[in-house]
Amino acid sequence: MRRIDLVGFAAGAIAAHPMRSALTSLGVVIGVAAVVMMTSIGLGAQQRVTSAIGGLGSNLLIVMPGASRGPGGGFVSQGAGSGMSLNDGDARAIGEQVEGVVASAPAVRGGAQLSAEGANWSARVEGVTPDYLTARDLAIASGRMFDDTEARQGRKVVVIGQTVATELFGEDADPIGKRIRVGAVPFEVIGVLASKGQSGFGQDQDDIVLGPLQAVRSRVVGRRVKGDQVQTIYVKAATADDLDRVQEDLSNLLRERHRIRNGQDDDFSVQNMASIMEAMQASVKTFTGLLAAVAAVSLVVGGVGIMNIMLVAVTERTREIGLRMAVGARRNDVLFQFALEAITLSVIGGAIGLLIGLGGGVLMAKLGDWPVAIAAWSIPVSLGFSLLVGLVFGAYPSWRAARLDPIEALRRE
Amino acid sequence: MIEIGALEKIYQMGEETVAALAGVSLTIDRGEHAAIIGPSGSGKSSLMNILGGLDRPTRGVYRFEGEDVGQMDDDSLADFRSRRIGFVFQSFQLLPRLSALQNVELPMVYAGLPPRERRERAAAMLERVGLGSRMGHRPTQLSGGQQQRVAIARALANAPDLLLADEPTGALDTQTGQEVLALFRQLNAEGLTIVIVTHDLDVAAQAGRRITFRDGLVVSDDKTGAKA
Ligand SMILES: Nc1ncnc2c1ncn2[C@@H]1O[C@H](COP(=O)(O)OP(=O)(O)O)[C@@H](O)[C@H]1O
Ligand SMILES: [Mg+2]
Repeated sequence: MRRIDLVGFAAGAIAAHPMRSALTSLGVVIGVAAVVMMTSIGLGAQQRVTSAIGGLGSNLLIVMPGASRGPGGGFVSQGAGSGMSLNDGDARAIGEQVEGVVASAPAVRGGAQLSAEGANWSARVEGVTPDYLTARDLAIASGRMFDDTEARQGRKVVVIGQTVATELFGEDADPIGKRIRVGAVPFEVIGVLASKGQSGFGQDQDDIVLGPLQAVRSRVVGRRVKGDQVQTIYVKAATADDLDRVQEDLSNLLRERHRIRNGQDDDFSVQNMASIMEAMQASVKTFTGLLAAVAAVSLVVGGVGIMNIMLVAVTERTREIGLRMAVGARRNDVLFQFALEAITLSVIGGAIGLLIGLGGGVLMAKLGDWPVAIAAWSIPVSLGFSLLVGLVFGAYPSWRAARLDPIEALRRE
Repeated sequence: MIEIGALEKIYQMGEETVAALAGVSLTIDRGEHAAIIGPSGSGKSSLMNILGGLDRPTRGVYRFEGEDVGQMDDDSLADFRSRRIGFVFQSFQLLPRLSALQNVELPMVYAGLPPRERRERAAAMLERVGLGSRMGHRPTQLSGGQQQRVAIARALANAPDLLLADEPTGALDTQTGQEVLALFRQLNAEGLTIVIVTHDLDVAAQAGRRITFRDGLVVSDDKTGAKA
């Protein structure tokens, strides 16, 4: 027979029981929708982790005072009571003595009330050196960054983020040259940062004021940081491959400078952004895999549903099968007819599930503040899997149909 | 055309063995109209199933135009049924989901005919059995006699060499039964070889040849009957 006619047979049988066919496919619909949604959520989380950590700056090491608190534990918050063991000299030494360092930027930070032209706003204020822009991959949108001399002398100039500019001076105003008060201290705005948008951690990265290290340390941050102490040193390495070596060299340098003997704990910690990213991505991947596996189980359950209904169909249609054989159907013609029916049910279910999964993903991204990214491969993979499910779970019922004895089958009521 | 020799069909029922055919030898020539009669359980259907390639003999020879049908594998048997045989059953065996036209098309689908050709031919066959105006009807929308005509049209679809009918009037009233038999006679007159199983001696009388079965054996083979 012509294989194309099998399509007509399968379509006819499916159309003959629309409700039953729909319910049979439902398992696969749910399974595929679940797999697509879970992988989209996983991929979204992965991308968020990448952008969150990548957004801090590439090839970045973050050095902070106080002993390390385990991987990933200490790079966002700084525990109270950790001694202020880092200073300007450490930052300078790292920049000058460690091979492969592009920028070594010391920083202090505090929050402050800002006011200008009658408007008020509160923002994060960081005291930094010009190297900070390099280390954090930031750029100036208009105006200029203060230079090293200004930073050291503690001149009262600031570079502000887009959010601060908008909140204080309005949407389209040019803040360059305007004066703002940071706390009680007047500063002059000399530059505006290029927008970086939301960070992966949900923080507005444009809600920031950068001032010269010395001025911010003495006039804004207050008593917590004294003399030449710094809270963070951002170290940017030239290449990602070099990051581990740079980390080791700067640790040794700091131990030496701080006179830490062998066996003694460090009084500082170094966060390697690349390895943190790797660790987080690995855990997100594991999690995604787990979710997808759970979803795949429902796909298998859907397959079992198809097998169940196909077995019922073979029993119900025994006489039909006998008749088909009597008028010239080969065993394989019967086999393929039922297999195609199972595959069609499964693939149609898969296609509908795919649409629901994609729609659900888009909806979740829109409504909830949930990171969702749809993987292009999820389309062929989910259709391929539903085809496989139909094939695997349709095989046994089809085989049962094909091996029926025509006479017995015709005699069946 | 048909040559069977010492044909046996033995069913194993647990400990017991039942010989449905206990050594039957027959030849049937092209163009014959043979009626097989005999009491229930005498092996008539068993023989028909073997003649139609639906079943294989336990022992013995079955040749169809020289081809050894008894030794064929499943696929060859399927092709044999498709090309050579038209089968008419007592219970019509139409697929309820399909229209009359689609039912008649079915054997041609398995024979590999393209859609247009088989549709034309199916329509012609239905015209032939007097159902030209019922092509789109489902079996449930047709009377018993009409259903059996559809089944006959289906049996003729692939232009078979042999038409086998196992009690084709068993489920019909006398009047419609007669009409169906008249159709068989007409087909035979046009050259088709027909073997028909029946209980009814009147029906048998209309055939050219009467083969009587008892307990799996041919007890009489009467070729003297006048062709109707
Ligand atoms: N599938 C089968 N299994 C066991 N016995 C069978 C089977 N088919 C037929 N028989 C037996 O074979 C004998 C002949 O049956 P059958 O050919 O149907 O006779 P008829 O058509 O003349 O009534 C009967 O005794 C019947 O019980
Ligand atoms: Mg019988």
